[in-house]
Amino acid sequence: METEKSINSYKKGFIDGIPIGLGYFSVSFTFGMMAVNTGLTVPTALLISMTNLTSAGQFAGIGLIAAGATYIEMILTQLVINLRYALMSLSLSQKTDRTFNFLHRLFISFGITDEIFAVASSQPCEVGIRYMYGLITIPYVGWAFGTFIGAAFCTILPDTLRSALSIAIYAMFIAIIIPPAKKSRPVLNVIIISVALSCLIRYTPLLNKISGGFAIIICAFVAAAIGAKIHPVEDVKK
Amino acid sequence: MIIKYIFVMAIVTYLIRMLPMVLFKKRIENTFVKSFLYYVPFAVLGAMTIPYIFSSTSSIYSAIAGTIAAIILSFKEKGLLASAISACVTVYAVEWFLRVI
Repeated sequence: METEKSINSYKKGFIDGIPIGLGYFSVSFTFGMMAVNTGLTVPTALLISMTNLTSAGQFAGIGLIAAGATYIEMILTQLVINLRYALMSLSLSQKTDRTFNFLHRLFISFGITDEIFAVASSQPCEVGIRYMYGLITIPYVGWAFGTFIGAAFCTILPDTLRSALSIAIYAMFIAIIIPPAKKSRPVLNVIIISVALSCLIRYTPLLNKISGGFAIIICAFVAAAIGAKIHPVEDVKK
Repeated sequence: MIIKYIFVMAIVTYLIRMLPMVLFKKRIENTFVKSFLYYVPFAVLGAMTIPYIFSSTSSIYSAIAGTIAAIILSFKEKGLLASAISACVTVYAVEWFLRVI
């Protein structure tokens, strides 16, 4: 990482961002439909996507809004779900070239997502601000545009279809966690512990008084801590 | 009311991304913290999905069928959209079937 060379072409970043943006369109399309499905308006759904730019966090967020959760639950849920961005942000800060000043760090850090982080950190050398702005452009537009189309489309959907769509968010979560769990026994163990705790809290008298938001936080913290203790990250093939 | 929720979501999410990049210059070396952060997304998504997926539709049978469809597609690594769509289609088909019989 001590190399003097760095990538700092807006055009290259823009092109690298196109496949991410296409992928985002389909996910944010689903988000837009879900958001309107839970009672939010089209502009509200669009506002969430344009200010948050995160999939799991937004899905959980509209779930909490629909459930009438408290602000503390919202803060803690977003914190737990999006904590991984802190590690990515930290890792990316080691890869920035000299074009990064304080102001650019403020703007570019907004665009750190799983996929943008993955592409940026896979570059063989340091990255510059122009490359990062280029990389973020299409994913951001795709995320916002997909949300708008999905939300607008949902308002003309019949009720029978809406019922079927309410499982989509959970099916996506399953699709996110199963492929890594297949390849990594520690990841599978963490998921099993978390799911077991989640069921325990949901079906045990008294414990089921715990609100959904806090239950998720408790499950995640305990399961991830046990995983980190038993299977430190060197054991995990990343 | 909803604007407040959105503001809270956006600020928390932004601070998580912004603070490490602005404040920290050194790489995390603590293995426990690194491992914990690595496992967090899986644990969160697992706890959010089960058991709540089973009460997400209008019938537990359609929900179970949809869950199985999603698991099969995910095992074959067909992607997020394919998994979501097949779960929805399965739920729709099972609920249609339940109405007919």
